[in-house]
Amino acid sequence: MLNRYPLWKYLLILIIATIGVIYAAPNLYEPDPAVQISGQSGATVIDERTLSMATKALDEAGIKYFGEESNGKSALLRLENLDQQLSAKKVIQQKLGYNYVVALNLAPTTPEWLRSFGAEPMKLGLDLAGGVHFLLEVDTKSAIAKRLESTVSEMKSKLRTAKLRYQSVRLGDDNVITASFKTAEVRDSASNEIRSEFPNLTRESVDEPNRFLIVMTMSEQAVSEIEDYAVSQNLTTLRNRVNELGVSEPIVQRQGRNRIVVELPGVQDTAEAKRVIGKTANLEFRLEAKPSELVTRKEAFPFRSELDQRRFGDAFLERNLIISGDHVANAKSSFDSQTSQPQVNITLDSFGGTKMHRATRSNVGRRMGVLFIEYKTQMDYKVNEAGEQIAIPTQIIEKKIISLATIQSALGVQFRITGLDNTAEASELALLLRAGALAAPMYFVEERTIGPSLGAENIGVGVKSAQIGLALVLVFMLLYYRVFGLAANIALALNIVLLIACMSILGATLTLPGIAGIVLTVGMAVDANVLIFSRIKEEIANGLPPQSAINSGFDRAFTTILDANITTLIVAVILYAIGSGPVQGFAVTLSIGILTSMFTAIMGTRALVNLIYGGRRRVEKLWI
Amino acid sequence: MSKEAKIYNFMGQRKLAAGLSILMLIVALGSLVVNGLQFGLDFTGGTQIEVGYEKPANLQDIRDRLENAGFEGAVVVFFGEETDVLIRLQRGFEPGLGDEILAALKKDTASEMSVRRVEFVGPQVGEELKNDGGIGMLFALAVVMLYVAMRFQYKFSVGAVAALIHDVIIVLGVFSVFHLDFDLTVLAAVLAVIGYSLNDTIVVFDRIRENFRKLRGETPAEVINGSLTQTLDRTLITSGTTIMVLLALFYFGGEMIHGFATALLIGIFVGTYSSIYVASNVLLSMNISKEDLMPPVKEGEDLDEVP
Repeated sequence: MLNRYPLWKYLLILIIATIGVIYAAPNLYEPDPAVQISGQSGATVIDERTLSMATKALDEAGIKYFGEESNGKSALLRLENLDQQLSAKKVIQQKLGYNYVVALNLAPTTPEWLRSFGAEPMKLGLDLAGGVHFLLEVDTKSAIAKRLESTVSEMKSKLRTAKLRYQSVRLGDDNVITASFKTAEVRDSASNEIRSEFPNLTRESVDEPNRFLIVMTMSEQAVSEIEDYAVSQNLTTLRNRVNELGVSEPIVQRQGRNRIVVELPGVQDTAEAKRVIGKTANLEFRLEAKPSELVTRKEAFPFRSELDQRRFGDAFLERNLIISGDHVANAKSSFDSQTSQPQVNITLDSFGGTKMHRATRSNVGRRMGVLFIEYKTQMDYKVNEAGEQIAIPTQIIEKKIISLATIQSALGVQFRITGLDNTAEASELALLLRAGALAAPMYFVEERTIGPSLGAENIGVGVKSAQIGLALVLVFMLLYYRVFGLAANIALALNIVLLIACMSILGATLTLPGIAGIVLTVGMAVDANVLIFSRIKEEIANGLPPQSAINSGFDRAFTTILDANITTLIVAVILYAIGSGPVQGFAVTLSIGILTSMFTAIMGTRALVNLIYGGRRRVEKLWI
Repeated sequence: MSKEAKIYNFMGQRKLAAGLSILMLIVALGSLVVNGLQFGLDFTGGTQIEVGYEKPANLQDIRDRLENAGFEGAVVVFFGEETDVLIRLQRGFEPGLGDEILAALKKDTASEMSVRRVEFVGPQVGEELKNDGGIGMLFALAVVMLYVAMRFQYKFSVGAVAALIHDVIIVLGVFSVFHLDFDLTVLAAVLAVIGYSLNDTIVVFDRIRENFRKLRGETPAEVINGSLTQTLDRTLITSGTTIMVLLALFYFGGEMIHGFATALLIGIFVGTYSSIYVASNVLLSMNISKEDLMPPVKEGEDLDEVP
């Protein structure tokens, strides 16, 4: 019989709708404004005593709170009034002192049974709820020093190839390179050589008794170019790190000459946020030093793995580095197809590949070390003259070997590191290699919580306009298509639920334009239903009986809907693959919207229409 | 609607429409070349100012004051404390800017404040967005052309892509001509226009293909007119509902959504128009015929007969 769905189709729709409702539901529960207390270091215990001090401070200030809880590591106090959040933070901070981090938070009120499914609400964007603001400083000095070091080693090899004998080429503390020669003639031809090979160095010839020097410094322009490169490279890396899918709506921008601002929505748990951004690590690839190598040309480093450290002790690597981590384009862990041993596949960019090839081709059989460099900020606390406790940050640099492996053949853009103990180690190494792609180290300089960038009034009108738009569409559909319009409206509601559920699962952030976008999707999603209903009307006009008209309307509209949506989906997929940041985010939302609307408009509406009209023997007239 | 329902002679106006489209494209492209786009804070970066107040600050008051002093579109947020305020302006960093802001904030008020820091901030989106975005767009167009050529026929793919480019250029052109702020939400809107325009064109094409296949002696222009008439009902309702949503956002949505709604409103009008007068027009100009759309299955059958 026409227009009847088998039971499994109804069940499938019901199951998908239920899952959608479960994962979308947490967004209905408005989060409580809260204040979170944690320790400056992991060792600080947050217990009942801390909590009672905090509640006392709130009582004194007349701020109403509830649901206070602590788990030993952190404590959370929920507030009744959002406007008092900042003052609550202030009084608690004053009461507890600066050994504690007091941060603003929005505590989800998702009921326990929903949380047991892993359902969580979408985060609210910087415009709606504010977030956390970090200021990072890029250590451009060390980027310049590193560049000069590699310039020195390059210069030596250029001079050797040109058969110009030098006594020494050294890098001084003040970023000055000094090359010394025995005769003025050699010095002058070396100077010419350097001029053509290293145009961004300014040269000055200095005559000293028994030796002839070229004193070189980097031109101001070259210095600022390196700085710019380092900052913009780090900016890109950070953007990718905090916005992997493109749906988290952060702000990452340059501030001043060498600083980067990162603002994350919602994650007001600053410890968590720092973990995401804060992997300020770098990598260096260096050859293992030959035992005969001069002491000035090699350096000893410990192994990162304690097991290796116990087994081998420190290892000596050459001072010259082949390349650093900013040339690693990608790293993935996998298995050797023959030995099924874990390995890490590394892809370098073209510059890195060339350098790697040049360095390894003449050193097959030697070992190459991968050095992992971590920049950590350690906080020391001192009491100043005014009796206030102040934090003094000190930067520590840790350099450890993560891998030391024999070069089997000349390496190029792609190569692999083998000899790893297990898969966990391989995937950790791959992660470190990917995370290590910073052009220069970075330090956290400042962290603050920031309020929403839109006023409550603006948010109010924005949300209201979205509601009006949605209501207009629903009323129109109901008036114009009557029974079928009702079916379409139910399908539309399901579409919104599914869309929100998918966005919540992906961890997307909701902004005001995002809300407008969702409503717009609805406006456009009626298209599939309109196509179907128009067809049904046409078929009736062509003289088909109601049941066949329904059936043929759905069938014939289907190819049209499919073609139209697949074409749009292609655009979305390509935008995702090639775009970055907000463009990617838009592509994700668009794709989800297309898929959910196809499901609800075709299957959902059909199911409802079938329930209403299907199976009836005599249908005289359709309410369409 | 009966079989003998009136068929609108859309293609009768095709020359006029082509002229109009070309004119709009020339104006849009000309303005884009001469004026360019007025990029918003997201794209250009600007200046960041940290202001410390003696007493808790009133953000709405600060926003209004800045607006009145000619700093439009300033972002004002609390910065850690109720007394600290962070202001982001699109104006480029210049030495006197801090004092100018302070003067605007201090005017006719007793509250005390000081400027703690004035610094330049870079754009929120990277250069790579512009480059990758451009390449992405071209690549997407190429793949869409390929897909439409496969599912329909290459003449259709030329029509669809022509309509798409037409719509994007005109939307951007309107933003350029009227010096409207082009920020990230507008970019999202332009991407949405691409989706809408393509969707609309394919729906029309689908019907044209169908009608060509059951052709009974009508001319191509008649077939296209018939198809456009048949889909007119749907075209009007879909664009109508979308426009309803957009009008609600436009009139009631406030500043933040204004640009988004504007771009889409223009986009929906142009996208609907272009499905008829650009996509279908191109199809007719390329002499689309029944032979172009013979189901490909038959070719296969012919081949099978070859021994």
